Amino acid sequence: MYRYDEFDHKLVAERVEQLRRQVKRRMSGELTEDQFKPLRLMNGLYMQLHAYMLRVNVPYGSLSSAQMRKFAHVARRYDKGFGHFTTRQNIQYNWIKLEETPDLLAELAEVEVTAIQSSGNCVRNITSDHYAGRAKDELEDPRVYCELLRQYSVLNPEFSYLPRKFKIAVTGSPHDRAAVALHDIGLRMHLNEAGQVGFEVLVGGGQGRTPFLAHTIREWLEPEHLLSYVEAILRVYNIHGRRDNIHKARIKIIVNQMGIDRYRELVEADFERIRGSALKIPQAELDRINAYFAPPEYEELEDISGELAALRAADERFDRWVGANVAAHKVPGYSIVNLSLKAPGRAPGDMTADAMDAVADLADRYSMGEIRVNHRQNLSFVDVRQCELHTLWQKLEGLELATPNINRLSDVVCCPGLDFCSLANSRSIPVAQDLSRHFIDVDKLALVGDFTINISGCMNACGHHHVGNIGILGVDKRGKEFFQLTLGGSSDEGASLGDRLGRALPQEDVPLAVEAIVAAYLDIREEGERFLDTYRRVGIEPFKEAVYGPSVVRAVA
Amino acid sequence: MSPVHRHGSRVPNMQMIIASRLTDGRVVFLGDGGAWVDSIECGVVLEKEEDAARRMSEAELAVTDNRIFDPYFIDVVVEDGERRPTKVREAIRAFGPSVRTDLSAGGWDWHVQIR
Repeated sequence: MYRYDEFDHKLVAERVEQLRRQVKRRMSGELTEDQFKPLRLMNGLYMQLHAYMLRVNVPYGSLSSAQMRKFAHVARRYDKGFGHFTTRQNIQYNWIKLEETPDLLAELAEVEVTAIQSSGNCVRNITSDHYAGRAKDELEDPRVYCELLRQYSVLNPEFSYLPRKFKIAVTGSPHDRAAVALHDIGLRMHLNEAGQVGFEVLVGGGQGRTPFLAHTIREWLEPEHLLSYVEAILRVYNIHGRRDNIHKARIKIIVNQMGIDRYRELVEADFERIRGSALKIPQAELDRINAYFAPPEYEELEDISGELAALRAADERFDRWVGANVAAHKVPGYSIVNLSLKAPGRAPGDMTADAMDAVADLADRYSMGEIRVNHRQNLSFVDVRQCELHTLWQKLEGLELATPNINRLSDVVCCPGLDFCSLANSRSIPVAQDLSRHFIDVDKLALVGDFTINISGCMNACGHHHVGNIGILGVDKRGKEFFQLTLGGSSDEGASLGDRLGRALPQEDVPLAVEAIVAAYLDIREEGERFLDTYRRVGIEPFKEAVYGPSVVRAVA
Repeated sequence: MSPVHRHGSRVPNMQMIIASRLTDGRVVFLGDGGAWVDSIECGVVLEKEEDAARRMSEAELAVTDNRIFDPYFIDVVVEDGERRPTKVREAIRAFGPSVRTDLSAGGWDWHVQIR
């Protein structure tokens, strides 16, 4: 993992002291709330319905066990004993005291974690594939470029006051686990005809009230020019992006108003001007950062596939778990293990301090001390010996972190919703809880297979409902909570936005509607088809009939 | 513009003033004698326009005194002697979160549809 150098330490320490002074001025009344708000937001401190909320960065979703233990400590010492992992690979604390925030941030700095730029109109946490550096299908570890972009964008004075927030995602694999097409800039590593690694650069993707899939602005970019090209995109946005209307201020709006061809012309012109500048990445710097992400020393392990098959055959529950929660590793004898934060009835992404400590201990014992956070609000151990899978599974079961549902029906993603968020129109967590309790039969989860459900409590789409196979959007109808379903969304390399199914439903009908959609899918799917494949083949009508037909759930006009 | 105008509630039916405490952001209600209290049951219910305006002036003073921020009126009904916000959002502020009743103020049946 990347380690801070002396400059990083100094910068973070100064930032904490700066906030300490700002908090003091706020408490004394020298700063009004309106004056203080942009200052606290630059340090990830929001005001929510019940208290201050602090969003802490987990750069590209990679955590050490020491950092996880610190998260547990913060949850106990400064919060109510839990934290919430978000769809942007970060962690949020919901019950923070203003007066304690500087001390909290000073403690996080001890393990090289910050909340800098986790909010505000600036470049936010750079997100990535949670299997980065370990995925079997990966070309190169994308975290090297994420870290370069992090260092480039943190406190970059030119881009500290963009028209609106700015999100960048990077993937090094053809199978996109980082949702790059839904970001302001998406970087997708691939090979050119000469077999060299470079980036397809996408721009203008995003969700919210006006969702767009990103356009390809450049088919192939040499990695040494990554910073120059990103700077050109940011500069054109900074100049042309709208500042008069917050709902039209994201880059997706200007790219789609201007047209991708015109936007590309402007970017390419600026890129030509700066490509030979100091932003050109020297190989020595790439090598320096690369060294931090060097793979651990793997053992040469014997093939135990026969043994593993026997264990799976002997224990159906273990078999289900391996089938759903374990992924291929690029090194023989090792696996990637996904920890489900979606046990039945649980709030997606929530984790107690005790569970965080337990996960840190397991990471040390079974996965070389590293943990990943993914945008579906689960965690991963990325270096597990296959011969230890069975033991690890038993321990995870004891912690209720082994529900065999990764990318299955009950692996529901949801935002905090109206239970916590001041922007939300409706609650979302209770809907997720209903669904996870409704789809409790692990055999059925396996039968249905890949299936994503995403819930957002408002149009801001923090629960990524636009790209759920089933998306659920909470809406307020005359003061009551209702839920609008969309079908056919996807965030992978074949990204698509969901289509609206029909009229909104009351909360109690949502599980029945999902059940009806699943039943229709099982009825009409062809051999090997995922829900998404079936949906794309047959369209929305069979599912509309299943939900709104005469014998099914009641819909509300 | 005064908060009374900003939040558009000049003609109170039954209202209370809700705000956030500066030091920890927790939800508070204006109580008697300018006190800011955690429990909705201890807050003052306002029924007359002149009372509302006077109490909002008290709230504004507390903003200036760095005790609270963002005060505004909420509509409430009183049922069986208990105060109930009429909007979901304010019910969640007063009694929630609905999903972690171990951490919330409690006192609300979340299975009942909020009016």
